[in-house]
Amino acid sequence: MNRLHRFFRTPEAIAGALILALLVAMALAASLLFPGDPQAIAGPALLPPFQDWSLPLGTDRLGRDVLAELFHGARTSLAVGLAAAAAALLIGTVVGTLAGFAGGLIDEVLMRITDAFQTVPGFLLALAFVSIVGPSLGVVVVAIALSAWTGPARVARAEVLSIRERDYVAGARVIGMHPIAIAFREVLPNALPPVLALSSVIVAAAILTEAALSFLGLGDPNRVTWGGMIAEGRTVLRTAPYLSIVPGIALVLTVLGVYLAGEGVVESSAVRRSLS
Amino acid sequence: MIALAYSTVGVLSFENESSFAPSYGLAMTRALILLRRRLVGSVFVLLIVVIGSFLLLEAAPGDAVDAYIVSTGGDAGMIELLRHRWGLDQSELTRLANYLWALLHLDLGHSVTFSRPIRDVILERLPTTLILMGSATALSFGLGSALGIYAGAAPGSFRDRFLSVGSLALYAVPGFCLGLVLIVVFAVDLRWLPIGGIETIASAKTGLERAADIATHLVLPVSALGVIYLALYLRMMRAGMAEAWRQDFVLAARARGLPRRRIVLAHVARNALLPLVTMLGLQSAQMLGGSVVIESVFAVPGLGRLAQEAVAGRDTPLLLGIILVSAVLVIVINLLVDLAYAFLDPRVGASEAGA
Repeated sequence: MNRLHRFFRTPEAIAGALILALLVAMALAASLLFPGDPQAIAGPALLPPFQDWSLPLGTDRLGRDVLAELFHGARTSLAVGLAAAAAALLIGTVVGTLAGFAGGLIDEVLMRITDAFQTVPGFLLALAFVSIVGPSLGVVVVAIALSAWTGPARVARAEVLSIRERDYVAGARVIGMHPIAIAFREVLPNALPPVLALSSVIVAAAILTEAALSFLGLGDPNRVTWGGMIAEGRTVLRTAPYLSIVPGIALVLTVLGVYLAGEGVVESSAVRRSLS
Repeated sequence: MIALAYSTVGVLSFENESSFAPSYGLAMTRALILLRRRLVGSVFVLLIVVIGSFLLLEAAPGDAVDAYIVSTGGDAGMIELLRHRWGLDQSELTRLANYLWALLHLDLGHSVTFSRPIRDVILERLPTTLILMGSATALSFGLGSALGIYAGAAPGSFRDRFLSVGSLALYAVPGFCLGLVLIVVFAVDLRWLPIGGIETIASAKTGLERAADIATHLVLPVSALGVIYLALYLRMMRAGMAEAWRQDFVLAARARGLPRRRIVLAHVARNALLPLVTMLGLQSAQMLGGSVVIESVFAVPGLGRLAQEAVAGRDTPLLLGIILVSAVLVIVINLLVDLAYAFLDPRVGASEAGA
């Protein structure tokens, strides 16, 4: 409760939480409010917003309901962003823990691999991966995770390096625990907090990467994505700019909401740390 | 605590004025030692990237012969012959060795979409991307650190809060959205700047006139690419300055009665600047990725646009060639940044140089 209190102290954190709550509500309500296929034709093509109240945000080039697409797009963005970030954090934590705890050659090899992944531009890697394996939601998630796990790996390794010298790790060794068990049961959970502090930045980056991939036509063709909507609207940018602007605003607000909420969380825990 | 994920690089505080002007020769030695160490590491990293791209190439459906046959036509006998001649019927390890051998000779293979060697296609597109990235980096670093100093001069003030949240909002804008907005406003509505491309087609301009033409074409893409990353430098600068304000040497500078302006610039900002230089190197990979989207929005014929064309043409060898060249580029940029760092910070490599 106290923690929540501290979180809601700054206006930025409140704004972030509100945006995220709205986004989650949109994603959950998508199939309730707009049952059926959001990619089905719902009315005349290129209907401007606020003209017909059954289609409040108008229709796109093919006569699809923009509001329905927006709601279903929220679902894709959120699902891909969260899944990719979770995968990246998982891979990163495991690699970082192994490297930091094992040390020696294993550490060296794992860190050089991390370097290699950081050397290749993440977006290019994701682009290549999706274009080779084929665009589907799962592949997009893996592609984004591949380009995002290095940050968590480095942070986890640094944390593990300091934790493995602590007394309770020595204690676990003395009672004969298997090194792997020590690494994942004793060390890893304690190395998590600073890694999790990265999660908002990673979720935001994942949402942006997904949008950019769909914008370039590499999203899952069977799902509505905001990036895909913007790419669609781009062809009629002069006559119907709202088709690009509406999903664009949704994207910016979403990413901003993730950043602000993340800052709020970090700040509330930083206050707690400085108080104790 | 963490401004943006990367600003965990601590603030370096060195106030010893005498160590700030090391002899040139010593700085050179340190730089060379650093360079040697980094080069060895870079070779391993590059080898991993090459093996990774080879695995991706293997995972792609079809091989070079399939791609060749699709574009030229041919029967099963010819396919067998080509596979044999190109060494594609050998074991994976032999193929990896062949691939490495070809790369050592700077041979990246043949592009089916362009019917030309991949190396030539990439070398043709590289300068454009380098100009785009260089200008965008200068814009984001220059403007970002200047605004960061402005915000960090008074931590916690209204302008600090405003700039921090404003830059975060900017950082939340996807590159292609910003690009489209810039096109609608400055190219379609106001008609101030060209909508895309790198220069006016068939204008037969030469010399300075041509340079000016290219510059006007680059204004929008550079702004779109640079403005987004501006936030990173701004936030790092102000976070570093907020930290530096708490250090004792600032108190000492105040006690000496130095003018506030001088404390802000020569003491606080100067100490917060070094981590930003490191960021320049780390950022280069991200910016190369970002240029893919920006170049395809503005139809700039650079490396990023080439990547998109490779994807559209299902030209996997070309795509992997671009990835390899980008990796080399990132490594070179990071080496340069490290060298600059060695000259700026006398402590880097000092222990090995025996200083």
